[in-house]
This record gives sequence, structure tokens and C-alpha cells, in this order.
Amino acid sequence: MDVGDHTRPGAEQFPRPADPFPGEVHPTAGGGIVISKLDEIINWARSNSLWPLVFGTSCCAIEMMSTAAAKYDWSRFGFEVARATPRQADVIVIAGTIVNKMAPVLKRLYDQMADPKYVIAMGACATSGGPFFYNTYSVVKGADHVIPVDVYIAGCPPRPEALLHALITLQEKIRSGATREQIKVEKPSRS
Amino acid sequence: MTKEELKSRLGELLPSATFEEGAEWTTIMVDPSAWKDIARQLRFTPGLDLDYLFCLSCVDWKTHFTMVYHLESTIHRHILVVKAKLDRSDPEIATVSDCWRTAEFHEREAYDLFGVRFTDHPDLRRLFMTEGWNGWPLRKDYEDPVNMIKL
Repeated sequence: MDVGDHTRPGAEQFPRPADPFPGEVHPTAGGGIVISKLDEIINWARSNSLWPLVFGTSCCAIEMMSTAAAKYDWSRFGFEVARATPRQADVIVIAGTIVNKMAPVLKRLYDQMADPKYVIAMGACATSGGPFFYNTYSVVKGADHVIPVDVYIAGCPPRPEALLHALITLQEKIRSGATREQIKVEKPSRS
Repeated sequence: MTKEELKSRLGELLPSATFEEGAEWTTIMVDPSAWKDIARQLRFTPGLDLDYLFCLSCVDWKTHFTMVYHLESTIHRHILVVKAKLDRSDPEIATVSDCWRTAEFHEREAYDLFGVRFTDHPDLRRLFMTEGWNGWPLRKDYEDPVNMIKL
């Protein structure tokens, strides 16, 4: 049975996936030729295999664990395995408050991640300091003071759906080539 | 030991201490200068055996500090709260880290955040704040123009 055939009767009630393969099949005798751009294929592949870093500093991490667990199951979207080492991780979800003492640790983790790398600021603390913006001596007022952020999520803490939405937004951003990493690569070299 | 038994026992053991009413646990107020001996008595007197310090805290009342010690006996299962009023301009009280080992770190925390000096403490230095930090962050009048945005 051809599962991928969307032209068969009744298929219209199953909408096409949001990330179709970026290219088209050019039919020829004895098979077909896929026509596409290499950049688009690379971005498509990267966006569907983002490994997050095991990193959580407060209550947002509980929601992140929930998102990873069976009920919300972020592996459905390619966030397959959380890695406990920055060397193998592609995306860091800043799940929680960053205090002044944690900031150098976060910076080091980010620096240790291999390119291309992406950052999601999860929740109020990571975006702005949140409830600790005023009258606090110890909290960094937004993780983007330390490392660049690609996607921000509102919430205190955000629900798992919100985190999934942010992860899918990041995938779309990678596919359209709009992340900070990709823009950095496209700059002309200094030679 | 019930609350009434504990209260009468403490009344004869520590005639100088005053009781504070209306709290969940039996609470006594002590003079900070007598705290070292009282702590030893509470810890080692047979029948009291308050061998577990489960909370050590400091409160800034703006006019004075209050040190609060939550004690429990793991043998008899009674709980006692001890409070000592400290002078805000010169907060000083004897360490109890020789009675309860856990107080060593809790007192370092109180020193770090409130600036309470614990005399005879074996290793009184900052715990959470970085070396060379200026000031005591949990005091009500703490100002930090670099890190703090005032509302």
C-alpha cells in the first residue's frame, strides 16, 4: 500500500505534514530523479534531528521533563534524545532562572556545543528575569545577556504545549535559514 | 514528651527563659549571652535530648535581628523553638556547631546573608556569595545599585 499517496480518495482529511521534503521528484524512465538544493536538504535534515542538552535550573525544567515524557513526547518532532554533554547537543533549552553565579557555567556550556547550535529561552526568568527582575541582587535579567537566543517562550512556567510550539518554531526557523548560526555562516569570509 | 511536660521541664531547667505563646510549637526566648550554655543543656540533658537542629534562621525586624533555632528530639519526638534577639548594629551570638554539626553550614549561611557573627565558629566565611562580596544581601536595608533594579 502506498501510504504517502495523498491523491487517493479520503486523503484530504489528512492534511499534508508541515515540513514536506524540500524538493520534487522528476520522473524518468526506470525511476526518478530528486531535484532540490543541498542547503535546503541539510536544513531539513538538521531541523528534524535536534538533540537538546540536559540543562534545567528551576521549575521550567519540570515542564521540560514533562514535555520529554510519554504524554507530550517531544521525540515525535525529532527532539529524540536529551544529551548530558554539550559536545553532542544541538539545542540548549534554558529552562529556569539564570543567576549571576550560573551565568559563566551557561556560557561555557554554550561554547562547548558544536556548531550549528540553537538556544531556546524558556519562561519568564530566561527571557527577562521574570519575577526576579526587581529588587534582586543575584539574578541575570534575561539569559540573552549571556548567550544569543533564537526562540523565546512566555509563561511561568510555560505549559508543555508552549515548549513544543517553540521547538516547532525553531524547526521552521532552521528550515527557512533564519537562525543566528545560519546567518553567521553566510557572511563573507575575511580572507 | 507532651507540650505541657516539655514546658514544665524547661521552666525548672531554665528559669531565665521566657515562653512565647500562640505558636504551633513550644517557643522560648533566651538571652544571646546565655545561649551557649542553654544550647548544651538542651542538647545533652537526659529526657530532653534535643539532638536534631532542623532549621536555623535569622529574621531582620528592622529594629533588631532574631535568631531562630528549631530543635527536635529524635528519641522523644518533641519539638522546641528557641529565639534570641540580637542587636542590629552589632549582631553577635555564640556558635552551636559544637552541639549540632549541621549548624556549621547554617551559621555560615546566616553570616553570609545577614552578617551575624558566630563567635568560636570553626570556619566562618561566605557560603553562597562570591569571595569579597560587599554587604549582607538579605538585610532589609541592603542596597546594590549595580545588580538591583529598585521598584
